[in-house]
Amino acid sequence: MELTTNYMGLSLKSPLVASASPLTEDLKGIKKLEDAGAAAVVLPSIFEEQLRSEQKDLFYHTTQGTYSYYESLTYFPEMDEYRFVTEQYLELIRKAKESVSIPIIASLNGATSGGWVEFAKKIEQAGADALELNIYFIPTDPDETSEEVESSYLEIVEAVRATVKIPLAVKLSPFFSNFANFAKKVEQAGANALVLFNRFYQPDIDLENLIVRPSIHLSTSHANRLPMRWIAILKNKVNLDFAATSGIHTSDDVIKMLLVGANVTMLCSALLKNGVYYLLQLEREIVEWMQEHQYDSVKQMIGVMSQEKTPNPSEYERVQYIKAISSYKI
Amino acid sequence: MEKRKFAVMDGNEAAAYVAFRVNEVIAIYPITPSSNMGEWCDEWAAKGYKNIWGVTPTVVEMQSEAGAAGAVHGALQAGALTTTFTASQGLLLKIPNMFKIAGELTPTVFNISARTVATHALSIFGDHSDVMAARTTGFAMMASGSVQEVMDLGLISYASSLKSRIPVIHFFDGFRTSHEENKIEVVPDEIMREMIPDELVKEHRNRALNPERPVIRGTAQNPDVFFQNRETVNRFYLACPDVVQEQMNKFAALTGRQYHLFDYYGHPEAERVVVIMASGGETAEETVKYLVSNYDEKVGVVRVRLFRPFSIKHFIEVLPSTVKAIAVLDRTKEPGAVGEPLYQDVVSAIYEHFRNGSVKFKQFPEIVGGRYGLSSKEFTPAMVKAVLDNLKLEKPKNHFTVGIIDDVTFTSLEYDPNFSIESDKVVRAMFFGLGSDGTVGANKNSVKIIGEHTNLYAQGYYVYDSKKAGTLTVSHLRFGPQPIRAPYLISQANFVACHQTVFIEKYHLLDTLIKGGTFLINAPFEGEELWNFFPKSVQEQILEKNIRVFYIDAQKVAESSGMGRRINTVMQTCFFAISGILPKDDAIQAIKDSIVRTYGKKGEEIVRMNIQAVENTLDNLKELQVPQRITATYDIRPPVPDYAPEFVKKVEGPIIAGRGDWLPVSVFPVDGTWPTATTQYEKRNIALEIPVWDENICIQCGKCAFVCPHATIRIKVYEPKYLENAPMTFKSTNARDKEFAGLKYTIQVAPEDCTGCGVCVEVCPAKDKTNPRRKALNMEPQLPLRQQEAENWDFFLRIPDFERTKIKVSSIRQQQLQRPLFEFSGACAGCGETPYVKLLSQLFGDRAIIANATGCSSIYGGNLPTTPWAKDENGRGPAWSNSLFEDNAEFGFGFRLAIDKQKEIAINLLKSLAPQIGEQLVEELINAPQKTEADIYEQRERVRVLQQKLKDIQTPEARKLETIADYLVKKSVWIVGGDGWAYDIGYGGLDHVIAMGKDVNLLVLDTEVYSNTGGQASKSTPIGAVAKFAANGRPAFKKDLGWMAMSYGNVYVATVAFGAKDEHTLKAFLEAEAYEGPSIIIAYSHCIAHGIDMSAPLKQHKLAVDTGQWILYRYNPELSKEGKNPLILDSKEPSVPISQYMTSEIRFRMLAQSKPELAKFLQEQAQLHVKRRYEMFKHLSELKLNSNE
Repeated sequence: MELTTNYMGLSLKSPLVASASPLTEDLKGIKKLEDAGAAAVVLPSIFEEQLRSEQKDLFYHTTQGTYSYYESLTYFPEMDEYRFVTEQYLELIRKAKESVSIPIIASLNGATSGGWVEFAKKIEQAGADALELNIYFIPTDPDETSEEVESSYLEIVEAVRATVKIPLAVKLSPFFSNFANFAKKVEQAGANALVLFNRFYQPDIDLENLIVRPSIHLSTSHANRLPMRWIAILKNKVNLDFAATSGIHTSDDVIKMLLVGANVTMLCSALLKNGVYYLLQLEREIVEWMQEHQYDSVKQMIGVMSQEKTPNPSEYERVQYIKAISSYKI
Repeated sequence: MEKRKFAVMDGNEAAAYVAFRVNEVIAIYPITPSSNMGEWCDEWAAKGYKNIWGVTPTVVEMQSEAGAAGAVHGALQAGALTTTFTASQGLLLKIPNMFKIAGELTPTVFNISARTVATHALSIFGDHSDVMAARTTGFAMMASGSVQEVMDLGLISYASSLKSRIPVIHFFDGFRTSHEENKIEVVPDEIMREMIPDELVKEHRNRALNPERPVIRGTAQNPDVFFQNRETVNRFYLACPDVVQEQMNKFAALTGRQYHLFDYYGHPEAERVVVIMASGGETAEETVKYLVSNYDEKVGVVRVRLFRPFSIKHFIEVLPSTVKAIAVLDRTKEPGAVGEPLYQDVVSAIYEHFRNGSVKFKQFPEIVGGRYGLSSKEFTPAMVKAVLDNLKLEKPKNHFTVGIIDDVTFTSLEYDPNFSIESDKVVRAMFFGLGSDGTVGANKNSVKIIGEHTNLYAQGYYVYDSKKAGTLTVSHLRFGPQPIRAPYLISQANFVACHQTVFIEKYHLLDTLIKGGTFLINAPFEGEELWNFFPKSVQEQILEKNIRVFYIDAQKVAESSGMGRRINTVMQTCFFAISGILPKDDAIQAIKDSIVRTYGKKGEEIVRMNIQAVENTLDNLKELQVPQRITATYDIRPPVPDYAPEFVKKVEGPIIAGRGDWLPVSVFPVDGTWPTATTQYEKRNIALEIPVWDENICIQCGKCAFVCPHATIRIKVYEPKYLENAPMTFKSTNARDKEFAGLKYTIQVAPEDCTGCGVCVEVCPAKDKTNPRRKALNMEPQLPLRQQEAENWDFFLRIPDFERTKIKVSSIRQQQLQRPLFEFSGACAGCGETPYVKLLSQLFGDRAIIANATGCSSIYGGNLPTTPWAKDENGRGPAWSNSLFEDNAEFGFGFRLAIDKQKEIAINLLKSLAPQIGEQLVEELINAPQKTEADIYEQRERVRVLQQKLKDIQTPEARKLETIADYLVKKSVWIVGGDGWAYDIGYGGLDHVIAMGKDVNLLVLDTEVYSNTGGQASKSTPIGAVAKFAANGRPAFKKDLGWMAMSYGNVYVATVAFGAKDEHTLKAFLEAEAYEGPSIIIAYSHCIAHGIDMSAPLKQHKLAVDTGQWILYRYNPELSKEGKNPLILDSKEPSVPISQYMTSEIRFRMLAQSKPELAKFLQEQAQLHVKRRYEMFKHLSELKLNSNE
């Protein structure tokens, strides 16, 4: 059974990729993932804010209150060198490349263009096989038009593209007026793939203290309907590869995503819940399904249920909505 | 020899530089001003730097200086080249070992940044009282007078010690030399190797204890042999001076710098000569040279390098035969002695010289002795001149002092403060900055730039404040073509910079600026507006002295460059642009290069914003066209208000104004006694923003007052009638508690005392229902509110305090009505210790006697000029004292013994006087419960009645009882200190005191480092935290002091964290005090040394508790009596991973950013430990104890 797939020119042994999570944050985890059969790993994101503020933060706190009183002129010893999280990140890429043979996809997360995108170059130099650019921006200014928002996204993509030669995936949220149009623009800006979708962590309200609290919940399979639809719609309409992410928990989820057109599926919550060796189970179940349904290879499967190929393309549009509403019975 | 290498460093670094290179074992302990020597060595060792034999010395922090001395003694005996550093009390703790080390003829050098030994008061500053206290140990004593000498004579000391076998105290003046930065020539490693020959090292090793060739040392000897055995060392001491001179000569041959045991400078036929040691010698030498070359005065100075063994031969040799009068200056005081030590040696030396029939001098010279420079008192050329002028008199004043005004015993010599020997070629610049604005850092940088990257010489010395928040720093910088040898402050500056606009309103900044000098000010005003902002006396001085004024809005430039409030780079650039020390372009380039060097490792972003600041500065720097007329409408205001008590006005006011040097002897108390409650008169106005109360949102929980570190936010509940004549803006609302029905409630801020830390806003739980962004407290700019709120504060203070007996102290919302008797201290803004100290003062202050270990709490609690311990409306309040660092538990224990004894005597007297006093009153006085505030009140009433009755009883017993009747009212003994005291240096005493079963209360303010000395690790420092002396992160778990205390079974133990559970803290304080036995409260105290956001520190408490890093519990032996388990676990199961706590504080994060693998390992260990520790506490607290009483 041929499980290999192609993602942005990277040849992967299966469509099962470990997405950014605590599991991919150190060498030990990455090695374990490789051992468990992950076809590639996405490292946790380096955030624009980290690049900007990590140094300032250290500087502020190590100089706070210094040279004020005779006996305590400073509060910390001086280190000869600092290895900021950013430095450590590059080191992780280098070490991962030395230790595992599966592709390493680095991840950068930002919302504005600026000097921080230069870091992409360092990621490339450290040996990353590809870069996933996670653009996470919540527009809140009523005077900012959708066009302005889109162009700021595209600026970032272009800036990063101009900085690196390695394959570039862009991870986006679904909140665009015409996602298909925007996907096309992202392609034109130089991206090689789309990672769909970014999960916006929705804040919660603490009723006791009347404050907003961040809350992180692991995804469930329900979350995968949105990327499934959009991958199906976009497949072959734009010249981009697709990674499906969010809510991929079972082999059925993986198979569905491949069928709508995903080149790879990204797993996070499922591995956090079930452990990394769950990958072996998924792989076995995919093979079983393929045998049952007489598919010889994953490549054969990819996109067969996309909007382009599905017998009834309107299933991905309003028709499906009408059907769904009218089929609901109390 | 390689090219000569120059570097800028301070005396401590120079001493450490040599010590690290020529030793193998270094035992350290922090004490100001010597701590930095240990810090340097620890840092270098952590980084793997090597000594001259290619080995990284082992650097160990001990639990005290005594411990360090023991470790040094042991390491020496076992054959390692070993050294240590210390000062003051630290040196005194080492003395027993020093006798042993010297008695065993063991080579070593103790580097001492000489500091005042505490007497009537503690002082961290420099004089020779410590080293003089150690002069009988048998150590040789070498005095260095400058940073260069510290390096040179330091090395010579090591070499001499190895050769002579006599250990050496190598000392230099604390702060003046230890902290002065100067450009020096660094001794290369090859020269060190030549000075420390392998042969001598081998001999040292051969003497080591070694089971391969066993001997014993440290025998006990008896009257038959001890004496004569002790005399065996004589020949070593006799040979020592020549050995030292030989090493000095060898050093001279290698470096070109020649020293002698005694160095004479001055006229070859001098008649008047000063004899002096250490940095004062520099001043004397420069002054003598000036007087000889300019006035051909026949004067000279003998600088003593080797004070012990004192070589009469060498001393007489250097004295000119023409000498008629000698003044010997000692930087120490030996009350009751004929004279101070150096004076006595000189007198004896001259006498012995004559006795031996020498004919060098025509006549026996007049010899007088004098004291100077105690506690870093300035010692200037003017004073040297006064000393020499005194020698002109037919009968010069003997046993004089110089530098003070002694109007009681009239010892002081008069001097002309305007006498100066400063060269015109030297740029003398003074910078007035705020601790937090980076001024000192920038100036240190300037000294480095000029000293290390040009041919010019540079000197930097920094004067700091006595408070820790909102402090003034004054930098004294000199630059010139010749080496700068001026170990005294600048009194005639040609450049003065004011880095904070408000300083011009408060301080007399231009007093030291010479005619035609330059003044630079950071101000948000321009032109005429700036001129009008200057106080009258400033305008006058500018016109009178024809001063050029430059200005810049540095705040704006800094902010636009991303630097926030740090204006250092901006102001430094201005200085270089104006001062002309270097050509402007070169100077700017030099600053930029230096930014890359200094900040490079801290990240590109930091470099980028600093460079940006340099570039933005030049466009914004302007010169003021000085209007030639006075327009000022105000002048610099007096340091304390008119209504302040006499003593405050007469003594504390001048100290606040920086004129303490001119206060005469007569104004001071003779025994160190000082009035309390005087911080209230020092209106520091340091807050940029203060909290503003919204009475409509407030839920009257009392938390804001509880957490306020400076007691500047207060609550009162009062009768509505007191609102009559309230100022217009005074806020009031109905009190909510049902017990307070019909009463009014006010929360008031002391606007001029508040530091603006914002912790009250962090804790405030009350939010505006319609706009949750607004709380019941919100920070607003202080300046527009200052006057109005100051009036409100005054009015608020006049409202009577709520009656203590009616306050329910067990809940914070009411308890906070108790008046704080600890207010407006000098602690850091947002301090994590003072809320506990204040709580103690509120609950028990009116009957508390407090022993305070040396440390932050003794400094913010007792550092002049003003005192934060306060009094209530009856004039009662905490009586406070600080003994030492190491003995605090014992000190407080002594309080208890004395109180109990006097109470016992009082009871006996009561019993014997019962017939006259009345049986019932006596019975009540003896047996009253005194458990509640009401009980205490009643007992005080009984004592009042007793005193009345005693007046009519005419017996000696009645007179005795009168003086001690107060002891019938319960006294609360508190023993307060930090973790350095409780876990380390004072642990032995603490352990003993809690084991004694007496009713004392110990409060451990646990910041998990030696905060006061700058964050050195203690045994309380948690695993994985970076601290000084633990530059690679502390590898061991925090000592479980509470666990150890619980093991006694009869000790009340509580651990608290007010930011996590404030009611729990309150409960623990009440229980601890109520328990009639020893109690210990270990209090989580966030600290600036944790690297946290000091405006929102309470979340660290919560995290510490939620992660299990800090377990809350109470162990109350009283519960055993009720058959219950005495341990109550007040913490829930840890619910947050420890990593979350550790990444939220720089002390942990620093390790992750420098040694990530190690950090990760230690974090895992920490997590395991936290879980295990919680399980153990849980298990213990759930035990059912069958054996309970």
